[in-house]
Amino acid sequence: MIQALDLFYYAIIILAILALLAMVRLYLGPTLPDRVVAADAINTLTVAVMLLLGVVYKELIFIDVAIVYALLSFVSTLYIAKYVGGEL
Amino acid sequence: MIAIILIVICVIIGLVFNALGIIGIIRFPDVYTRLHASTKATTFGTIFLCLGIIVYGVSVYLTTSDGQYLMLVVHVIIAIFALAITNAAGSHAIARAAYKSGALPEPAVVDRLKEARL
Repeated sequence: MIQALDLFYYAIIILAILALLAMVRLYLGPTLPDRVVAADAINTLTVAVMLLLGVVYKELIFIDVAIVYALLSFVSTLYIAKYVGGEL
Repeated sequence: MIAIILIVICVIIGLVFNALGIIGIIRFPDVYTRLHASTKATTFGTIFLCLGIIVYGVSVYLTTSDGQYLMLVVHVIIAIFALAITNAAGSHAIARAAYKSGALPEPAVVDRLKEARL
């Protein structure tokens, strides 16, 4: 019988490895928009990791932090996009 | 028992789609295909991970009737809405900025947007 919290814990580890793989593109990316795409993907993975950590450690505040992180990363993505497009 | 099967299915779907998105970021040739792979696959996978958390919270609430898990479910639903709205709008802004900065798809032949603006 598998426990749900162990499953979430292994999912956290796999998501962290995926975020490290996305950092390869963040480092190599030939142009600036490639790096922005990789950073956006890492932000989404970070939100997922925060939600799962909030469940595993039974801390409800992590879920709120994840919501605020999602909105702030959206704002930062919009501003970086403005900069890349030359409108800033 | 049926809750743990649903949780396993949701978490495996979420992890597989997140992994496909990251593989797409690494393997695809230009910025638009990378954006296509990363945004759609990563958003879908994260929403399915959240669905797994919701199933877990509801099942624990039904067995123990602890109100904290109901609050967990409500907060995770709010997080799903925040994630779904912001990822779509953010990827649109990145694609627009990539076009304005002069990036074209890899075998680009025509540019209809530039022709339409004249």
